[in-house]
This record gives sequence, C-alpha cells and structure tokens, in this order.
Amino acid sequence: MRSALYYKAKNTGINLVIHLFMLTVAVTCIFPLLWMISSSLKTQETIFKDMSLIPKVFHFENYYRAWVEGGFGRYFLNSVSYTVIVVIGIIIISSMAAYAFSRLKFPGKNILFFMFIAAMMIPIQGSFVALYVLLNKLHLRNTPLGYILCMINVGLSASIFLLKTFFDKMPKELEDAARIDGCSKLGIWWHVALPLSKPVLAVVVVLNALNVWNEFILALIIFDSRSLMPLQVALMAFQGEFVTQYPLLMAGLTIAVLPIIGLYLLMQKYIIKGVTQGAVVG
Amino acid sequence: MRQSRLLSILITAFLFLSAGCTAKSDSGKNITIWHWMTDREPAFRELAKRYEAKSGIKVNFELYAPSDAYSQKVRAAAQGSNLPDIFGILGEKRDFASFIKGGFILDLTPYMLEDKAKWKNSFFAKALAVDEFSAGNSYGVAPGIYGVPIDIMTIEMVYNKSLFKQLGLNPNQPPQTFERLLEIGRKLKAANLQGLVSGWGEIWMIDCLANNYAFNIMGKDKVIATIKGEVPYTDPGWVKVLSLFKDMQESGLLASGVVTMVNKTAEQLFANEKAVFAFNGSWCVNVYKGMNPRLEYGAFLPPKASNKYPMAIWGGAGSSFMASSRSKNKEEAIKFLRWLTEAPQQAYLAESTNNLPANKDSLNWIPPVMSDFAKAMDNATHPNVWGVSEFSPVIEALDKGIQSIIIGEKTPEQVAREVQRVKERELAKKR
Amino acid sequence: MKIKASLENYLFVLPAVTIFAIFYIIPFISVFQLSFYDWDGILPTKIFIGLSNFKEIIADKIWWQSLWQSGYITLIALTFQNAIAFLLAWACDREIRMKHFYRVIFFIPPVLSEVVVGLVWQWILNGNYGILNHWLAYFGFTNLTHNWLSDPNTALTTVAIVHCWKGFGWGFLLFLAGLQTIPRELYEAARVDGANAWNSFKNVTIPLMIPVVVLVGILTILGTMQVFVLIYTMTGGGPGYHTEVPVLRILASMRGSSRFGYACAQGITFGVILCMVSFAQYLINKKAKA
Repeated sequence: MRSALYYKAKNTGINLVIHLFMLTVAVTCIFPLLWMISSSLKTQETIFKDMSLIPKVFHFENYYRAWVEGGFGRYFLNSVSYTVIVVIGIIIISSMAAYAFSRLKFPGKNILFFMFIAAMMIPIQGSFVALYVLLNKLHLRNTPLGYILCMINVGLSASIFLLKTFFDKMPKELEDAARIDGCSKLGIWWHVALPLSKPVLAVVVVLNALNVWNEFILALIIFDSRSLMPLQVALMAFQGEFVTQYPLLMAGLTIAVLPIIGLYLLMQKYIIKGVTQGAVVG
Repeated sequence: MRQSRLLSILITAFLFLSAGCTAKSDSGKNITIWHWMTDREPAFRELAKRYEAKSGIKVNFELYAPSDAYSQKVRAAAQGSNLPDIFGILGEKRDFASFIKGGFILDLTPYMLEDKAKWKNSFFAKALAVDEFSAGNSYGVAPGIYGVPIDIMTIEMVYNKSLFKQLGLNPNQPPQTFERLLEIGRKLKAANLQGLVSGWGEIWMIDCLANNYAFNIMGKDKVIATIKGEVPYTDPGWVKVLSLFKDMQESGLLASGVVTMVNKTAEQLFANEKAVFAFNGSWCVNVYKGMNPRLEYGAFLPPKASNKYPMAIWGGAGSSFMASSRSKNKEEAIKFLRWLTEAPQQAYLAESTNNLPANKDSLNWIPPVMSDFAKAMDNATHPNVWGVSEFSPVIEALDKGIQSIIIGEKTPEQVAREVQRVKERELAKKR
Repeated sequence: MKIKASLENYLFVLPAVTIFAIFYIIPFISVFQLSFYDWDGILPTKIFIGLSNFKEIIADKIWWQSLWQSGYITLIALTFQNAIAFLLAWACDREIRMKHFYRVIFFIPPVLSEVVVGLVWQWILNGNYGILNHWLAYFGFTNLTHNWLSDPNTALTTVAIVHCWKGFGWGFLLFLAGLQTIPRELYEAARVDGANAWNSFKNVTIPLMIPVVVLVGILTILGTMQVFVLIYTMTGGGPGYHTEVPVLRILASMRGSSRFGYACAQGITFGVILCMVSFAQYLINKKAKA
C-alpha cells in the first residue's frame, strides 16, 4: 500500500535528496563493519599495511583460532544465558513497574518513579567496590545469580522509563473493555498492555541485550572462576597490555556482533508488526 | 497460564545457575595466581604444568584483562578479603605501600636473605629495587622486599634504519645530542616524513621523557628535591626541560597528532615504517616483530641535552608478583615464586614472550635489539625507586601542560608556573 | 477496599523496588558516605574530612571545564544527532524504497565495539594519511586539512560528531517505534482533509511524537553526559584538557591518583547536576504542554 505522501515526495524530487542523504549515512555506518570483517581475514602483518577492504589472501583460519584460543565455546554459552535471563527478567519486572507507574494509583508513586529516574544519573563507576562488598556479604559473589541480579538492576531504570512513556500513550478504552470482560489488573498488563507495546518492548530487548552482551568490567570484578565469565572477557584477552592480536580480535568481535545483529533483525519485525496488531485492536 | 510457566522456568534457571558454581575445591595444595598479562598467559600455563609435574602442586594462573579492570578487581578483593595466594599490583609505589600498610602483602625479606641472600642476589638490583622499601622511606612502610620481579623493561628511543638511509643518514649512527636530534627533525620535515611517534595521549609516556631530561639537565638530587617541595617547578632547569618539547615540535621532529596518540597507534605507525623515531618500551620488540618482522631498527638513549649529568631512562621491574599475607599456602606460594625466578624458567619466559628476564643469569639468550634495551639498564631509574612520589595532580598538570606546549597553546614558562601552583596547593593540603 | 487496591498495586512495583533497593540504594549509600572521606581505595582506614572533597570540587577548574565540555557534546547530540535520527526514522516510516535495508544499516554503529569505532575513526581523521584530509585535499580544500583530534579548535567537535554517529541509531530506533504506533488512519484522515505532506507532518506526526521526543531527549542527555569510552580510546581527554569529560575525571581520580573518596564526591556532584538539568527539562516540557 503506497501512501499519497510517497507520490508527492517523489513528484517534488525530495525523494532523491532523501535517498542521497540516507545512502551517505548508510555508507558511513556500513564501512566500519566491512573494515572489521576484512581485517579479521588479514594477518597481524598486513592488517595496517594493506588497507584495502578486500584482503589479498583470505585467512579464514582466524575465526577458528579466535574461537579455540579464546575458549569461545564456554563463554559464548555463558553470555547467551546471562543475556537471555537478564532480558526476560528486565522485561517482566520493568513492564510491571512501568504499568503501575503509568496506570495504577498508590501513595508514593511519583517519588518512587523519580528515584528510578534519578538512578540513571549517577555514574556507576564509583559503586563497583561497594557492590562487590555487598555481594560478598550476601554470598552472591562469584555466582551467576549475583551477576544476573546486578545486571537486571542496571537495566531497570531506563527500561521502566521507556515503557512508561509508551504505556502513557496507549488508549485507555482498551483497558476499560478488558476490565468489563473481567480481566484482573495482572490480566490487563499481560493481555492488553504488553501486546500493545510490542514495538517498544522490542527496543527494550535490544537495548538491554546489547548492554549485557557487551558488559565485562563487573563480570571481571565479581567472578573469580573463569568458567563463569562472559564472552567479552575472552575478547579482552586478545588486546593485551602490550601486544594486540588484531586479526584474532577482529574475528572475535565479528563473531560476537553476529548474535546481536541477529537479535536486532528478529526484534525489528516486532517494531513493525506491533503496528498492524495495534491497528487491528484499535 | 503462560506467564506462570515462564516465571517458573525463570526461577528454575536462577536456582540452577546459582547452585552450579558456588562449591570450590579447597584441597590446600593449590596455588592461585591472579595476573593481567595476556601476552604471557600461554607461557605461564606451560610453566604451571612443568611445576605440577615436578612438585605435584597445582598452580592456577587466572588472567583478568584489561589491566584497568584487573586493578579494580584486586582493590575490591582486598576490601572483601578475597585476595589469592599470589597476585600482581598495578599502580604507583604509593598504592603498593597502601597494600602493605593494609596488611595484604607478605614481607619477603627473610626468604630473600636465606642462604646468604641467594634469592635476592639472583635479580638485577634495579629490578628488585622497584619492589623494595628502603629504611626511612616517605611512605611509612617497614623497610623490606615485598615483591618478586618477573621481568624487566626499559623505555628508550628507537629509530628506523631504512628511513635513516633514505634521509642520507648513517643507519648505524643514531643521534647522540639533542641538537643533532633537532637537525634530523628539520631534515625529515623537509623530506615530508613523520618523525617521532609515541603514546603521548596516555600521559605517563610524556612524563617518562620529561623526567629523563630532568635527570639529564638537573641531576637526580634536584629532581628529588623538587618532588619533596624544596625546588619549585619554575626553576630554570624545569623550564629548560619543558622548552625541549617546544624545540622538538618546532624542528618538525614530532609526528602529527602525537599529543593525542595512544601507544598502540604509535606502534602501528612505527612498525609500518610511517615514522622515523618512536619513544617506546622494551616490550615493543615483540609488538614490532608481530606486525613487521622485516623492520630494521635500533634502540638508543634519548640524546643528551646537557653534559652536566648523565642521561637517565625509566627501567626496572616490568611486572612483579606479591604473596598474600593471609594466604593459607604461604610456604607453597613462596616455593613456587622461587622456582619461577630461577634461571631456566626465566630464560623460558624471556624466550617465549620476548621480555627481558629479571634473573640476571638468564640473559644469555636475547635477540640483538633486546640486548640494546638490556644494556640501557645501566642508565635506568624509576619513580618507584626514588623513595618519594610526586602528587598525581602535579604529574597530570605537568604532562597535560607539555601537551599544551606542543600544540602551541602555552609557553614553557606558563606551564611551569601552573604546575608550581598545583604543587603548592597539594603541599598545603598535606600539612 | 481502597487500601487493598493500593496494596495490590504495590505488588506490581515490588520486584523492581526490591532489586533496586538492594543493588542500587545500598551501594549508593556507601558511595555517599565515602564522599566525606579521604580514602585511597586500598587501606582499611578511612579519614573523615567532612565537606573538604566537595569544597575541592568547587575550586577544581578542570572538573568544571570537563562538565562544560560534556555539555557541549550533549548540545550537539540533542540537536544534530536527534534531528538526523528523527529525519531518518521519518523517512523509514514512509513507504520508501530499501527501507528494510536502511533500518538494519542505521543500527550498525551502536552495536559495533568501541575498539573498532576508535580504530576506524582514528584512521579516517589522521592528520597525515587519513581519508578525510585526503578527500579535502582532493576537492581543493587544502587549507582545511589538519589533525582533527589533536588541534584544540576541532578536537571536541570532532569527538562530538563521532559520538553522535555512534549513538544516532538509538534515537532512530525509538523514533521509528514511536512513529509506527501512530495509527495510519490519522494520516489518511489528514489527506482526505486536503493536508499536504508538511501539514500532516506538522499536525499529526509532531504532536503525537512529543512524548517520544522528550524521552529521547532525556536519554540523550544521560547517555551523552556520561560518555567516556569513545573519548578515552580516541584522545584520552587531550590535547591538554580539551576533550576531558566528567566520567574521565572520575576515573582519573579513582585509578590514576587513587583518591577514591574524591571520586565518589565527584560522582555525587555530577549526579546532582544531572538531576537538576533533567528536572528543569521536565518542568519546561510540563509548562509547554499546559
């Protein structure tokens, strides 16, 4: 279905300008990705010598070496588990809270909400030691649970803020209809609020997944056992204090970025699909 | 209902994940070592294997990189009393002293002095000095040796021999005087070549060169006196040191963008023959070898700017290990450290990681450029052996000031005054 | 009945509040306490010094300079980055060709590692052999070629632009999600009423997007004020202090000079300032709405 706007824009030639602009931006976005992939196929010797995007010899073995030497198998699994659990946890916990902040009435609501927002403003760097001491006391240090809870906490504020904004925009009539049908508050949250906010939920998923996937400092500080470490820790091992193994690093980074791009592609569909569903309900 | 099933799956996953990993074997015959040295990890693992075969004691080397995160981890672990049997400390001598005063580190002096100080004497004195606190040190630490050096490093200049040839210079004659260095600077600028690259975006490498020339121009005693607050930074000697950077910039010696360059970029440029000089540490041999095995280069001391005092460069223990005072396996840990620093193991480490060994009996195997760096040990000094530390804000003001001089924003005199102001502020605070 | 309803409503926020209280409030309290101490982060003993850390922060010129600089980057991000993100999202929301391609491509910079971004941009911006200068020279702008990152006049703006480039994908995504929730019928209705593209943009899109714009605005302020990894890899805060930002200063106090108490005080001061800025923005928006 092509809207009239499209034809108008086309007629005035704005379309061409838009395309030119978008293509320029797209080129700058895609270039570093291509550079990373191309570098991952070079050798330590050629990586900064031969700056062409297509390497003369393709060293695919870099991927194998990165996987094996970095011990990726184990770390990959850890990272996937942490990411999945943290993201599901954040989605459930933050959407419930955001729904309450947006729709329900209870004393102290505004103060609580403001506290969550204020929490985003204080840089986290200073609190690592405090967090460490706390986890130690709770006997959660060096356990996946401790790490997962910390990471859920890190993502909560922004997720609540995002979701509340979109819940506020939702038409109230749908909820009223559901209430008349006998839905409890929990039922409305699950059957009405969540399905309607699929686009923003998809954004929350991507935001938090990326955040957990790329985290390593907290993991390094609270985990002693290497068997618990996430994938980023293995990548750090390629950038030593003195020697950086660039091709292996680039191969590792490429491997590490693929799941995130895959997730984004998956979530992207919901960002679009959400509309049609919302439209049907509306 | 769907949501309750989801929740129960989640809870099961939580429990599973938390239960799986809390149990840790504590058989007592294990030694755990924390370190941050990614490039030495495979060699360490191999040595651990050899040690286990020999003694039956399992040594776990645990690598935590990057070094910033490692340093935070060690500090956090100290707060939670979770330090391993052996670990390394990153930071300045002052931080090392705090770890000792906090009671986290074992005094190794008695072990070092056993058997007519056999262990102590196996090290380069200058390497050991980094881990030593002398009597009457300003940190308030009981005199003694608190760490074991694993390897040594020196930081000096390197030059590209083929680019020297291209400039019509003798490739075996690096500049001996500062004047000569500036001359080459003008020459390479005329030839449109890039001169000196270094990690001067990470300020400590500027500090290093500035200190080298401070020693050369004013001598050690005056530099120490400055740190003690007895000589101001506005002293003509310091202004001279600062103006050297202005001279270097004006001659065209400094590569474009050197003030914000990270050392890894500098290494890339030098390895790919895009720069004539670099100011870098002995670890660079390994880096250049990986990026360009055919690179022809040599190392030399920063050329003298004055004949009054000898040139000094930074050098000493590259990395050290400390033993935890609260470890249950102290004796085992020390036995292992002793074994690790014996000549065969040191030679193996040096050979497989291209670092200079801390044990002076294992210098027999090193490549030619490395031996240049090793020779420079004679001129080596290090802030960690001076017995006093400059305040960090003063160091930062000096180094950032030098960046400003290089970009032509401030004059050496201005920077000297600013640094002195910061110094006075810090001195006032401590009183 | 009312109390019971309130209690029931509390259950919705209970999990969030519990986690928040344990893993945020408790560490925050100890950070707050530490800001009144002189502590190096290692010694078991901490010296209480009252408000000295805060007094020192007030007199710390470099701290305020770093704050202004991150404010400058934030201003560029708020205007330039978000305008581009909005335009691109708007274009992708329309029935434009290759929109699926664009939707994926525009999200590449946020997912890329800072290591890659730093390396690539350093290479583009290098004064001597960087592509940017190469092209500038090629098109005859030889007088513009210089080292972008080590010239104090351009370093901060250059860093800001790279930051915007890395971050615009988030704004793009949120704007797109917001635009997608606008019912298509509204556009149809506007078209029937004879509105042209600009009018329906002004009368339909803009009013419905204001909450999302506010949201993106606040997230941009928070994200940009706390920027540091990219700057750390590109300039390390230099040349001089020209690209220093608050989080880099906090890290310098913590790691570089082992002044943990001072770092905590810097963190608290920074948080308070950010709260004030965000609250001011919130009030302005409320006024604008009323």
